[in-house]
Amino acid sequence: MTPQRAETLEWLVQRASAAVLALCVIVHLTVIVLAVQGGVTAKEIAGRVGGSVPWLAFYSVFVIAVALHAPAGLRNILREYTSLGRRATHWIMAAVCVLILGLGFRAVVGLYGLGA
Amino acid sequence: MSNDTLTVEIWRGREEGEFQTFQVPRMASQTVLDIVTYVQRNLDPGLSYRFACRVGVCGSCAMTVNGKPRWTCRTHVDKVAGDGTLRIQPLKNLPVIRDLAVDMTEFFQKWTRAQAHFVPTATRGDDFAQVSPDDPRRKEASAGIECINCGVCYSACDTVAWLGDYLGPAALNRAWTLVNDERDGGQAARLKAIAGAGGCQSCHSHQSCFELCPKHLNPTAAIAGLKRATVKAALKGEI
Ligand code: SF4
Ligand code: SF4
Ligand code: FES
Repeated sequence: MTPQRAETLEWLVQRASAAVLALCVIVHLTVIVLAVQGGVTAKEIAGRVGGSVPWLAFYSVFVIAVALHAPAGLRNILREYTSLGRRATHWIMAAVCVLILGLGFRAVVGLYGLGA
Repeated sequence: MSNDTLTVEIWRGREEGEFQTFQVPRMASQTVLDIVTYVQRNLDPGLSYRFACRVGVCGSCAMTVNGKPRWTCRTHVDKVAGDGTLRIQPLKNLPVIRDLAVDMTEFFQKWTRAQAHFVPTATRGDDFAQVSPDDPRRKEASAGIECINCGVCYSACDTVAWLGDYLGPAALNRAWTLVNDERDGGQAARLKAIAGAGGCQSCHSHQSCFELCPKHLNPTAAIAGLKRATVKAALKGEI
C-alpha cells in the first residue's frame, strides 16, 4: 500500500469511527441519565450489564471505535506540536491503540463477567 | 489621536527586528498600501515592501494589518484602523526578506508539489473543448478559479504554522479546480500528490482561509472536495 493510500484510509477510519462514537456517546449518556434517577449502585450496574450479550456487544463496539479514533487524533497532535518523525508517531499510535483495546476490553469483559 | 493624522507602526528588519512608528496624514479613501507608500516616499525611502497593480489583480501587496493578513491595495484604512492606529507587519508563515517583503518561494513550491498545474490532453490539431457552464464540475472549478496567489490564506492558516510540510489552502484550492477540469490529464498524479503527508487530510476546516481570502474564495470547501476525491481514489486503490 502506498503511503498516500494509507494516510487517506486512516483519515477515513478516523471519521467513520467518530460517527460511531457519536452514537455510542449518545446511548451511553442517555443510559447514565436514566439510570441515575433515584440513585445508582454498583449492584444495579452489574445487574444491567453483567451477563448481557447486547451490552457486551455495544461496549465492544465502543472500545474498538475509541481505539481507532483516539490514536489517529493523538498522532496528528504529535505531528503538529512536536518534531517527532513519522515513524515515531506511527509506533506511538499503534501502542496507544493496543493500550486502549487492552484496558477497554478488560473493563468490558470484567463487567460482563459480573453476571455470570 | 487627531483626525488628520494616523499613527502607523511598521515592522522593520527580518525575523528579528522592531516596530517603527510614523505619523501619516489621513486622506479620503486611503488604503493601507497608500499609507506604506507615503512612508516610503516621504518619511523613509529605505522601507521595503512589494506591490505592482494597486487594483487587486496581481496579488503581490499582501501584509499583516492589525494582526490579520490583507491585500493592502484594496483594504481601506477606515475599515481596519477603527481606533486610529495601524500596525503593519509582513505576512506570517513565510520568511521575511526585509521589512514588509516576504519570500514567497515556499508558497509557490507547494503549488508545484501539489501538481497544481494543468496537464493538457489535446493537441493543437484538436478542436476547442466544449465545456458547458452548467456542468457541475465546471461550476466547482469556476468557484475557485479567481485566485490571485496573494498568500493571504496561507498566512492565515494555523495548520501551515504547525505543520511545515502542509501544502496550504491556495495550492489545494488550485488543485481542486484542476480535479474538476475535464480536459486535464494529470488526475492520478495530482491526487497522489495531495493525499500524502502534508496533504488535504491535514486541513482542520477552521476556515480562516475562507474568512480572509480577498477574492471570497472558499479553500476549505475545495479541500473538503479533495478529501472526498482522495478517499474515493484510495478505496479504489488508484493512489
Ligand atoms: S480551513 Fe484548512 S486550509 Fe483553511 S485555514 Fe483552516 S486548516 Fe488552513
Ligand atoms: S485563495 Fe484567496 S487568499 Fe488564497 S492566495 Fe488565492 S486569492 Fe489569495
Ligand atoms: S498591488 Fe496588486 S493586488 Fe495589491
